[in-house]
Amino acid sequence: MARTRTFVVHVENKPGVLNRVASLFRRRSFNIDSLNVGTTHEPGVSRMTIVCQADDDTAKRIEANLYKLVNCLRVDEITDVPSVGRNLALIKVGVDAERRAEVLQLCDVFRARPIDVGPESVVVEITGAPDKIEGLVEVLRPFGVLEMVQTGTVAMARGAQKYELGNGHHNSSSPVRAA
Amino acid sequence: MPDRVGETLTGAQLLWEALVREGVSVCFGYPGGAIMPAYDALPKYPIHHVLTRHEQGASHMADGYARASGKVGVCVATSGPGATNLVTGIATAMLDSIPMVAITGQVPSGLIGSDAFQETDITGVTLPITKHNYLVTRPEEIVPALREAFYIARSGRPGPVVVDITKDAQQQSCTFEWDDTPIALPGYRPDYSPLSEDLERALELINEAKRPIVFAGHGVMRGQATGRLLDFIQKTDIPVACTLLGLGGFPATHPRNLGMMGMHGEAWVNTAIQESDLIIALGMRFDDRVTGNLKNYAAEAKKIHVELDPAEINKNVRVDVPIVGDVRDVLGKLLPRVQPSDRSEWLGRIDALKGDAAVRDIKYMPDSGKLYAAHVIHDLYRFTEGAALVVTDVGQHQMWEAQYYKHDHPRKLLTSGGLGTMGFALPAAIGARFAKPDEEVWVVVGDGGVQMTACEFSTCAQEGIKVNVAIINNGFLGMVRQWQEFFYEGRYVATPMVSPDFCKLAEAHGLTGIRVTARSEVEPAVRKAQETDGTVVIDFRVEQEDAVYPMVPAGADLGDMIRRPEEPATDAKTKGPLSRALGHNPIFETGED
Repeated sequence: MARTRTFVVHVENKPGVLNRVASLFRRRSFNIDSLNVGTTHEPGVSRMTIVCQADDDTAKRIEANLYKLVNCLRVDEITDVPSVGRNLALIKVGVDAERRAEVLQLCDVFRARPIDVGPESVVVEITGAPDKIEGLVEVLRPFGVLEMVQTGTVAMARGAQKYELGNGHHNSSSPVRAA
Repeated sequence: MPDRVGETLTGAQLLWEALVREGVSVCFGYPGGAIMPAYDALPKYPIHHVLTRHEQGASHMADGYARASGKVGVCVATSGPGATNLVTGIATAMLDSIPMVAITGQVPSGLIGSDAFQETDITGVTLPITKHNYLVTRPEEIVPALREAFYIARSGRPGPVVVDITKDAQQQSCTFEWDDTPIALPGYRPDYSPLSEDLERALELINEAKRPIVFAGHGVMRGQATGRLLDFIQKTDIPVACTLLGLGGFPATHPRNLGMMGMHGEAWVNTAIQESDLIIALGMRFDDRVTGNLKNYAAEAKKIHVELDPAEINKNVRVDVPIVGDVRDVLGKLLPRVQPSDRSEWLGRIDALKGDAAVRDIKYMPDSGKLYAAHVIHDLYRFTEGAALVVTDVGQHQMWEAQYYKHDHPRKLLTSGGLGTMGFALPAAIGARFAKPDEEVWVVVGDGGVQMTACEFSTCAQEGIKVNVAIINNGFLGMVRQWQEFFYEGRYVATPMVSPDFCKLAEAHGLTGIRVTARSEVEPAVRKAQETDGTVVIDFRVEQEDAVYPMVPAGADLGDMIRRPEEPATDAKTKGPLSRALGHNPIFETGED
């Protein structure tokens, strides 16, 4: 059964690596919901969070195929491990001074922050799971949402473990063991 | 050659320095603007350059060289069209896991992205058809990129690597540094060791099995596991079926070798697979041409899959025991602990299946005055004593060769299996010739495929090399015609093909051409080819509407084969609708001869 999966992928920060990862998903018909990439605290290492739809076999194959990329340092599927995941969204609402307070009050309920206020608009920032962001958008919609932008999910497992880069699953067939 | 480490060299010189140190003695290529600095520096280095007639030929030659030698094949091309012409050969090498390094020139780094003259983003184009690729824009990066490229190409599951080098990087200079320490790439793990628990489970299954069968794939040969496989079979008495690329990995004349499996595998092989209770798959990937309909594929069999590439496990066929590792290593660990077993019941069953098929074998049919492709290939096998290095193209002749030329040794059959690239054979054979200068090399090719890369006859002439070319000429794109006959009610759309006079074509290149129209002429022609210096082209005018049997239609169950007709061929049975209607061979009668 296909379900939503989250992969944390550490890659070398080199030109074209994002393209290699994206091309792999396209070529093998793996279905991406979101892909987020940014640098990490380690020099030369970028980290991707990839959310996609996959069944158990496909998930193993995604992992094994990512490992075939020479620039891919480590792959961890954190779908079923305790973890935190966040999206960030900016939402611009078209309100004047008269109804501004109402909007700000709603934002407060959702723990969203106003980051820009103009005579006829407000930009609010919200982080959280996609359904929370969706919830805020729905309550703001009647006021007139002018535009919005959001990131894909960034995710991290809980606990004190440290990723050993370049040694993930080395000398082991665990990525392919039947689930 | 002087050791120039520490000297200041141009990028072009660094390129050849690196290649020499990687053991390259021959490369195949075609010059052009963006790779000219590299060509200008070449004469000072002990590397023979073969000028091809088309870059596709260069990539197939590098491929053929790699397949025949086991070493990394190298091809060189300029930017833009030169690089894109390599693409078919690179994709061919990718699907068959062939170690190859393709070096391309690129426009100067300052012009990249400007749609400059002959600019193509070749690293972008080849991204999905290479194991890895590099864009090199500075001379300092040339040596490290090439070292990594050779390492990646040959290690683990081999594959092609493209190194795209800008013209300015070739022109500029830097200090030549060479690091002899083994390459360590943080994200690249080519070696997997099998887990002991997987080996235990495999041993259990092998020792319990009543109707086991071993699959020998390309990985047996590439992993140099042919000797161990032989030991394994001697001890366990398990019958072996080969994939197309696995032919030669286990001696064809060994009594336990059943032959090729899959779409055009012999009926006893496919039936045995369907009846087996254990498949031990070694270095193969359950391609759709091997399995047929996956739903009913070897339904009763447990499956052990020994494979170096973890991404192949459970890709097509769900297996019970995956063993990620090198075939040689795994067999070495299993061998001492597998138990000999009495297989007489299982082998007896397979013998019964064989007996049923043998009566249909065209090889034993009386000479009716007609020339069948199967006869040509069987005769070629006899007159070369099974020892030739045979390079086949793609189509009917390729399958007939796989059925009728019995290869007892590895690296004696080179063929494009995964991609099925027509035009592969002639250039690949030229490459193989440079790897094996003392072997008898035969190209077996159709009249369609040979015309795709026939320009390389000129390369044979310029290089003064000898390959024997057997054109199985039936005036059709034979395999497509066969599908049209079987599945499209005999509508021969775009498959009848008019060819040039291949003998005159050979002569025009200064080569020797021979025409054969009857079986009695086959031996004299083969003998003459063997005795003649230089490349010989034999135009075998074979039956036009002959079909390859058995055949598992695409998507059908493996056991559901179209079988070979039981009776000797007669016109009514073998001729397709076109010849039946016209009563003559329309293509051959259009020429002057």
